[in-house]
Amino acid sequence: MRLRPAFLVPLAAFAALAAVFGAYLWQVGVGGKSISELPSALVGRPAPDFALPPIEGEGTALSTADLKGKVSLVNVFASWCPPCRVEHPMLMRLARDGVPIFGINYKDRPEDAKKFLAELGDPYRAIGADRTGRAAIDWGVYGYPETFVVDRDGIVRHRHVGPIMPHDLETRILPLLKALGR
Amino acid sequence: MIHAAVLALALLWSAPAFAVEPGEVLADPALEARARDISRELRCLVCQNQSIDDSNADLARDLRVLVRERLKAGDSDREVIRFVVARYGDFVLLDPPFQPSTLLLWAGPALVLLGGAAGIAVWFRRRTRNADEPAPLSADERRRLEALTADSGGDKAGGA
Repeated sequence: MRLRPAFLVPLAAFAALAAVFGAYLWQVGVGGKSISELPSALVGRPAPDFALPPIEGEGTALSTADLKGKVSLVNVFASWCPPCRVEHPMLMRLARDGVPIFGINYKDRPEDAKKFLAELGDPYRAIGADRTGRAAIDWGVYGYPETFVVDRDGIVRHRHVGPIMPHDLETRILPLLKALGR
Repeated sequence: MIHAAVLALALLWSAPAFAVEPGEVLADPALEARARDISRELRCLVCQNQSIDDSNADLARDLRVLVRERLKAGDSDREVIRFVVARYGDFVLLDPPFQPSTLLLWAGPALVLLGGAAGIAVWFRRRTRNADEPAPLSADERRRLEALTADSGGDKAGGA
């Protein structure tokens, strides 16, 4: 049988589609890419304007101004969030290495947040209590925990959704902190 | 009879469960209608395949309240949507905008249709051209044809 070129067109189209889907599946399956993770609208833009009171009490504990002039991490956490416990040792390690970490305590009861920090340690330079969740919305947060890398000029450089695992620290966050001149 | 009536009454009374809670609803019906329309356009980022109007997720509720607050503050529908997109990106829109990065998404179906139409046109032109002189049978085909016509006897050819 003679194969006409037109016969090959659907075959080629199929092969191209299979290659595209296959590459994506490979990224998800082997590369560990998360299919539900969203790109942040904030990366490359200045950190949002916000001012939060401390976990208990009056006045401002954390605001946009605190982020200026240093390379820092902003970590959104809550005592009721199990993955936050998972990543906590990573934050403690970063804090020991001198990385400034700022916390946004998301919709937490003050007594619970304080118990959480007393139990696991407090890696934060300052913590703002976001009891309504409004500041988190300004940061485009949709899952907990989330961590942002903010550069010296207050520009958000990276967003990490979910707990920071040792692998994320080594391959993504530490190299970025180094590149930003920390 | 009474049972049937009670059942019918219960079914009539039970409204479908809405995610929007009574406390969220605005007093001004016109404003509330706009809020509902906007909410239906915005994706719940926790469930990702529901609008914030449909979702019971905590974040969806917060966003619904936020939408209503912006409307009460006098924002236009477009401004409210821009406010949310500034925080969550285009992904939050259930109706993706037409822009360079979504060109293939929007133009894709039209391109496939055009490609198909072109393929059919080519096929038709080739068929009408070939119809004038049918390709002669190959030696193999001729042999099969002879075998078939020989043993079909009085039956119609190809009856089996």
